[in-house]
Amino acid sequence: MAEILTVVESANGAVKKVSLELLALAGKLGEPAAVWLGPGYSDEAGAVLAEHGAAKIYVADNADLVDYVVAPKAEALAQIMQTANPGAVLIASSAEGKEIAARLAVKTGSGVITDAVDVAADLTATQSVFGGSTIVQSKVTTGTPIITVRVNSIAPEAAPAAGTRVDVAVDVSEAAKSAKVTDRTVAAKGGRPELAEAAIVVSGGRGVNGADGFGVIEALADSLGAAVGASRAATDAGWYPHQYQVGQTGKTVSPQLYIANGISGAIQHRAGMQTSKTVIVVNKDPEAPIFELADFGVVGDLFSVVPQLTDEINKRKG
Amino acid sequence: MKIAVCVKQVPDTWAEKKLRDDDSTLDREAADGVMNELDEYAVEEALRLIEAHGGEVVVVTMGPERAAETVRKALSMGADAGVHLVDDAFQGSDALATSYALAEVLSGRGFDLILFGSESTDARMSVVPAMVAERLGLPQVTFAQKVNVDGASVSIERLTEYGFDTVEAAMPAVISVVEKINEPRYPSFKGIMAAKKKPVETLTVADAGLDAAQLGLAAAWSTVAQFAARPPKAAGTVVTDEGDGGSKIAQYLSEQKFV
Ligand SMILES: Cc1cc2nc3c(=O)[nH]c(=O)nc-3n(C[C@H](O)[C@H](O)[C@H](O)COP(=O)(O)OP(=O)(O)OC[C@H]3O[C@@H](n4cnc5c(N)ncnc54)[C@H](O)[C@@H]3O)c2cc1C
Repeated sequence: MAEILTVVESANGAVKKVSLELLALAGKLGEPAAVWLGPGYSDEAGAVLAEHGAAKIYVADNADLVDYVVAPKAEALAQIMQTANPGAVLIASSAEGKEIAARLAVKTGSGVITDAVDVAADLTATQSVFGGSTIVQSKVTTGTPIITVRVNSIAPEAAPAAGTRVDVAVDVSEAAKSAKVTDRTVAAKGGRPELAEAAIVVSGGRGVNGADGFGVIEALADSLGAAVGASRAATDAGWYPHQYQVGQTGKTVSPQLYIANGISGAIQHRAGMQTSKTVIVVNKDPEAPIFELADFGVVGDLFSVVPQLTDEINKRKG
Repeated sequence: MKIAVCVKQVPDTWAEKKLRDDDSTLDREAADGVMNELDEYAVEEALRLIEAHGGEVVVVTMGPERAAETVRKALSMGADAGVHLVDDAFQGSDALATSYALAEVLSGRGFDLILFGSESTDARMSVVPAMVAERLGLPQVTFAQKVNVDGASVSIERLTEYGFDTVEAAMPAVISVVEKINEPRYPSFKGIMAAKKKPVETLTVADAGLDAAQLGLAAAWSTVAQFAARPPKAAGTVVTDEGDGGSKIAQYLSEQKFV
């Protein structure tokens, strides 16, 4: 059975959930192997990967991989591919993940598919395109399939495996070290989960009517342990920081639960949240198109509905 | 300083996008074409850079005849010249083929910076800038929310999931920009008139010295096996708030085991 390489994403040494999702998907396609690119690997991280199906864990402990933009990671993967000869490479569909996939495809002469929501045993990928309005099945026909997979598309699974550590000494070329990261700035995000990865997203739009109004959105989000999102109307007005914009020109989210408050549901907003599993809508206009996506909707003023909802949830949590 | 900005004509985002039944490529005839919105930010950034440092902006596009409108738009915003790759052989090119054609046309023209929007609103792959950097062996400084040029080097703020990274590179370099970088200008009447006289070079596959075997649908390294419209979502429950709307949602969330 061919090895399926999955690229691990981590934050402060901890394996991100999306990496476990990739391992679960890899398990359907062949023998899952995890690839750790950069410093910070630990036995604890290895144990988590092994528990979720990693038969092998390639560790490329080299600071160049994180000190320069993308190119070194693509080089390292190309080198690992040469010896591992994998059936496919799975990478998270983050901005950086797609760029790694892009360079790796050029380097190895392989086709690339981005934003897959599923991959079948014959390596046919399912993509949800045009803001979720069309479902496409596609397949790489040249080289080793390189597929980026959307977060929250597959559930992580406990699948204990050997997790054998394989250290790899990668050669990072001078050419790949041409864009140097000289500083990292971490934006304050108040302990909420990352928007793109969150299981629950609570969003506010123009109906929130000002930066102050986002207080009620944040309170609801915190009662649910959710991330906060915003429509472009809200970010353009400066009511909420731009990095929280959901939609075509913002982030694509696909959470278990999406709560849209004071958002009309323009096609460009829907493009970023249409694949959410359950959608709740609060909007005072019964004609708002966002109601077409609602599993449950309330026609009403968000300033009365949302605080009541927050109270109820906090009460139920006891 | 000589700056190239790669722009793409895309179906208007307000229009419904469809795939063609015959070859599963995007039906570009079905909707009005507009300049990819993020590319407007790239054009704007290029114009600001030459306003500050002096130089020339060349817009480069690959696309059908009517993509000439998009080149014109960039020229009317203030770009100096255009290059339009137009040939039936490009139809159906995937990102790898597109990056091949762009890289070939961009190389050897002495550009100090090559700018892109970080994503197109139709394909949304966000891969072409990285592919072009890889092919040209140039530094990749992408997802910029801020660009600074200082002598022969460029530094950017690269948007990340946690905030941003400061990245430095020597020019020439490949940059992609995100929309918070600036506010694109509208073409002025004067700009629109001036654009009519600006030079646009149109190149076929042969003119550009490209290998047709690496272009178009037949050369794509991935294929669409089938596609279908997403089944419409079953209608949900919508209630009108009578002072208990919040409680009703809480009830629903509890039934669905979210709380
Ligand atoms: C190229 C392009 C890209 C774009 N990209 C994005 C994108 O990434 N993300 C995005 O979101 N948009 C994007 N847009 C913008 C998009 O077209 C809409 O303008 C935007 O989504 C509207 O935001 P909204 O729903 O918050 O505002 P509106 O459309 O103004 O809707 C506000 C809603 O709030 C309701 N409301 C008002 N007050 C209350 C209240 N007190 N209680 C309850 N409901 C209330 C109203 O009934 C209304 O339905 C893009 C547009 C273009 C052209």
